[in-house]
Amino acid sequence: MNGAGLRRLGLGLIPWIGAILLWYTVRWSGFVNVSLIPAPHQVAAKFFELLTREGLLIDVFASTRRVFLGVALGILVAVPVGFLLGWYRPARTFADPMINFFRALPPIALIPLVIVYFGVDELAKLVILFYASFFSGVIVMYEGVSQITPLYIRVAQTLGANQAEIFRKVIIPLTVPHILTALRVALGVAWATLVASELIAAQRGLGAMIQNASTYFLLDVIYVGIICIGLIALIMDLILRKVTARLLVWQDRAIA
Amino acid sequence: MSTRAQFDKVSLSFETPKGRLNVVEDVSYDINDGDFIAVIGPSGCGKTTMMSMLAGFQKPTTGKVLFDGRPVAGPGPERGVIFQEYGVFPWLTVKQNIAFGLTLNANHVPTAERDAICEHYLGLMGLSDFANSWPKHLSGGMRQRLAIARAYAVKPQFLLMDEPFGALDAQTRSNMQNLLLKVLETEGKTVMLITHSVEEAIYLASRIVVVTARPARIKEIIDVPFAYPRDESIQERPEFAELRSHIRQLVMDEYRAQQAQMRPVSFSE
Ligand SMILES: Nc1ncnc2c1ncn2[C@@H]1O[C@H](COP(=O)(O)OP(=O)(O)OP(=O)(O)O)[C@@H](O)[C@H]1O
Ligand SMILES: [Mg+2]
Repeated sequence: MNGAGLRRLGLGLIPWIGAILLWYTVRWSGFVNVSLIPAPHQVAAKFFELLTREGLLIDVFASTRRVFLGVALGILVAVPVGFLLGWYRPARTFADPMINFFRALPPIALIPLVIVYFGVDELAKLVILFYASFFSGVIVMYEGVSQITPLYIRVAQTLGANQAEIFRKVIIPLTVPHILTALRVALGVAWATLVASELIAAQRGLGAMIQNASTYFLLDVIYVGIICIGLIALIMDLILRKVTARLLVWQDRAIA
Repeated sequence: MSTRAQFDKVSLSFETPKGRLNVVEDVSYDINDGDFIAVIGPSGCGKTTMMSMLAGFQKPTTGKVLFDGRPVAGPGPERGVIFQEYGVFPWLTVKQNIAFGLTLNANHVPTAERDAICEHYLGLMGLSDFANSWPKHLSGGMRQRLAIARAYAVKPQFLLMDEPFGALDAQTRSNMQNLLLKVLETEGKTVMLITHSVEEAIYLASRIVVVTARPARIKEIIDVPFAYPRDESIQERPEFAELRSHIRQLVMDEYRAQQAQMRPVSFSE
């Protein structure tokens, strides 16, 4: 690794070290009951225990799969819908209030209804995650698409492009950045909604783990669960950012 | 010579939040096959709007814009446009930008020939070293040359050029002007060019349309008395200087008229 790489790694690590130090400080400061805050090393020990004996990986896998499926389905629908709304102004006037209404509803508030209509199985969780990622993705898509300047389409027309060619060679490349942004936003929202979706009687999953731990007041398990969710979300975001950077090398970005 | 394009009592106004804005008013002139029309007038007067009616992006409010005898219904590859904002595709490399038009069905360019055409225009525009660069890495002048190359590559019979050399330094600009003259000589195109440079208009055009401050009306149409092929020596001729001072005067009058219109928003006690 070269000097610049080390420097960046160091810069990236400092806030984490700071957070752990702060964690210890709060614990030992005496302001808070020590039994309410497990120490970082206790949480780490719990992490290894869960990993080796309780099948933490199964929970991680269950949650990741739910998020993945929910986001994939949500974005699959959000892309064409968002595109239509962004592209055809009348469609927007028509659907905008509706979409904003549903988007404003917190998915948690829908859980009782989802249980009534979809039961308590895998499907119910998927519905919640789908809901969350669809509505966050669709907004990003249509905001993005509606801001595409007509200039490039005009240029293509004067060069002789027909409707199909304009779509394939101009509109799609201009839409890809917005799809990627929608994906990132949806992933973030989906992780945030995960715990809520796993409140619906899930047996496995990080949200379920946190939920069960809270019944027995196992604070260290709760900490492990929360940190896992954060870490996985972070890793997914990093991967997506790398993919984005690769696909959008042509974009003029303020920060490379 | 046959009439290619025609502005027939053309007016255009925009509906804006502050009311109706007349941008083009009662404009009539013909563009014949092989003509080189230069349009000159103060900034914001309506030149781009006038051109975009012929390009097919705007419909006149009243009057008719005809191309080959038919009202312009929309854009088409027989009318190549070089936009004031270039419109270089940022997601394509320099070479892919030039190739864009060649890959479209309408232009029927066999795959085998595309590469040679691209190389030709890359060379002409001095972009060979940047063939595989992204547009974000080009200077303003290079982007402008790329937009020109892309439009030339599909060989439209009619070229609409909106300040195509505006971002270029004096040397490159004069190269591009000479190149355009050469292309016209060999390919026999018809051109409508918008410019702010009186010298450029006289050097290139067969006819100069001077338009007024907004709304754009025709102030004067001037025939340029120099035969083609032209070279830089005509710029030393006394007629050139005479014409230049005449047109400068016209443009200056309109510029002043425009300033007077804007006075209420400028610094006043
Ligand atoms: N779509 C539109 N809606 C409303 N107003 C417009 C529109 N397009 C142009 N205008 C107005 O019409 C006027 C003329 O614009 P135009 O772009 O034709 O000027 P121009 O002569 O090309 O100027 P420049 O030399 O600076 O390029 C401007 O005042 C502009 O604000
Ligand atoms: Mg203009």
